[in-house]
Amino acid sequence: MMRVKSSAIVMTIYLLFLLVPIYWLVNMSFKTNAEITGAFTLFPHELTLRNYAVILTDPSWYMGYVNSLIYVVMNTVISITVALPAAYAFSRYSFMGDKHLFFWLLTNRMSPPAVFALPFFQLYSSVGLFDTHIAVALAHCLFNVPLAVWILEGFMRGVPKEIDETAYIDGYGFGRFFIKIFMPLIASGIGVAAFFCFMFSWVELLLSRTLTSVNAKPIAATMTRTVSASGMDWGVLAAAGVLTIIPGALVIYFVRNYIAKGFALGRV
Amino acid sequence: MDKTVNNKAWFLVLPVLVLVAFSAVIPLMTVVNYSVNDTFGNNQFFWAGLEWFEEMVTSSRLHDALGRQVLFSAIILAIEVPLGIFIALNMPKKGFWASLCLVLMALPLLIPFNVVGTIWQIFGRVDIGLLGRGLAAIGIDYNYTNDALDAWITVIVMDVWHWTSLVALLCYAGLQSIAQAYYQAARIDQASRWAVFRYIELPKMQGVLLIAVLLRFMDSFMIYTEPFVVTGGGPGNSTTFLSIDLVKMAVGQFDLGPAAAFSIMYFLVILLVSWVFYTVMTNLDKAEGQ
Repeated sequence: MMRVKSSAIVMTIYLLFLLVPIYWLVNMSFKTNAEITGAFTLFPHELTLRNYAVILTDPSWYMGYVNSLIYVVMNTVISITVALPAAYAFSRYSFMGDKHLFFWLLTNRMSPPAVFALPFFQLYSSVGLFDTHIAVALAHCLFNVPLAVWILEGFMRGVPKEIDETAYIDGYGFGRFFIKIFMPLIASGIGVAAFFCFMFSWVELLLSRTLTSVNAKPIAATMTRTVSASGMDWGVLAAAGVLTIIPGALVIYFVRNYIAKGFALGRV
Repeated sequence: MDKTVNNKAWFLVLPVLVLVAFSAVIPLMTVVNYSVNDTFGNNQFFWAGLEWFEEMVTSSRLHDALGRQVLFSAIILAIEVPLGIFIALNMPKKGFWASLCLVLMALPLLIPFNVVGTIWQIFGRVDIGLLGRGLAAIGIDYNYTNDALDAWITVIVMDVWHWTSLVALLCYAGLQSIAQAYYQAARIDQASRWAVFRYIELPKMQGVLLIAVLLRFMDSFMIYTEPFVVTGGGPGNSTTFLSIDLVKMAVGQFDLGPAAAFSIMYFLVILLVSWVFYTVMTNLDKAEGQ
């Protein structure tokens, strides 16, 4: 009985530590700037939606969200499409250099984006892709493709090989087998991989900021705009922050049992 | 699992190979090219040999950034790994509360990096932040924009806030896979709580802990956005870590040669550490398989 109590206390303290800073952000997003800088209040006394209204009515603000969503979705589709056959190959066959290839993919997840920022900028400028959504989507493939391959490989290993063999005997070709039979079997794995591709592309700032200027500028870079001549617009900054948390918070419940797997590249 | 030997599988891997080659190998070769050349713009290059590498290896700026980086990663690991294990041991095992804990704990992991910075900036500021105001109210002189130590503490607490849950979730996944029979055997032996942890839980968590340490080391070693938003690398240079320094050098000052030499050495360190971890991980898998 005592142990149950002590662990509940530990968890409560830890969760409070996690939630209080987030609460402060949400709290601030509903305050007027006068209240933020003038008075110190634990909850908004004059509840205002102005900060959200600013973001949702000004194209230079909400286009940031649209741009982010466009390249994130593009990246997710590309990553999953190329990762599916590769993960199948890794889970079913052994071939020359497979272990080295697997390790090489891992190093891409581990390489610092700062190393790649400048060459990416020059590469995409020289092929005329600078400031387009596809440039950011391709750049994020650097870490998302390895991630997708690793996660999908983990799920595919759980499908018995006999299913493949039976399908081939029944006269299925590889393509039809893969789409009609195999993909439905690992549907949850595809969902989890897609979620993590979405998430890692959504949270990344360094590459997306370096590769865009106006047309494809992500919301994260737009947020730096809140410094103006009249000082910081704290309320709008907080509201923009809250809006970036929402996509993750919406789907988090569905992937709760796979979170560890996704962050560990499918190795758990 | 036994796999069929089939070199035609290369065709299935080909799309990944082409894509990653485009987004990793070509940029990396550009970096290699810059690191051994000097340029005055207009795409004119002059062979510089190892000059930039020599300059970087002996530069005190790089040494300082590296020192700060190693210290930062060491502190992060020393705090987050034990704390993560401790939290995982205290998490509810199943039911509604377990789901709730999982969801709430994962929340910081899914927040964009710069928003994490913004949250802590807003939270810690002395004029408008709950933390800054609270500390001032109980008489602690805290100001992360002026004081190097306060800036360090802020950046470390922020990282603990952001990533401890990852370690905890990984350990939790490891703990979930332990069969009840082990605990029952321990109870029959009247093993102490410590003995259960030391001889049952810790060995079972070995694999996930290895991944947790690898991920936390790597990600803290290339941290950029969060400290950049909160402190901008300051006050002075006190929180300028490797990535921040590198971006400053490459994009800010356009010192391409030194920045490229810096990048390559940075990348090699990462590669070496990944390789060590990967080898240990695969050996561990093999040992478990037998």
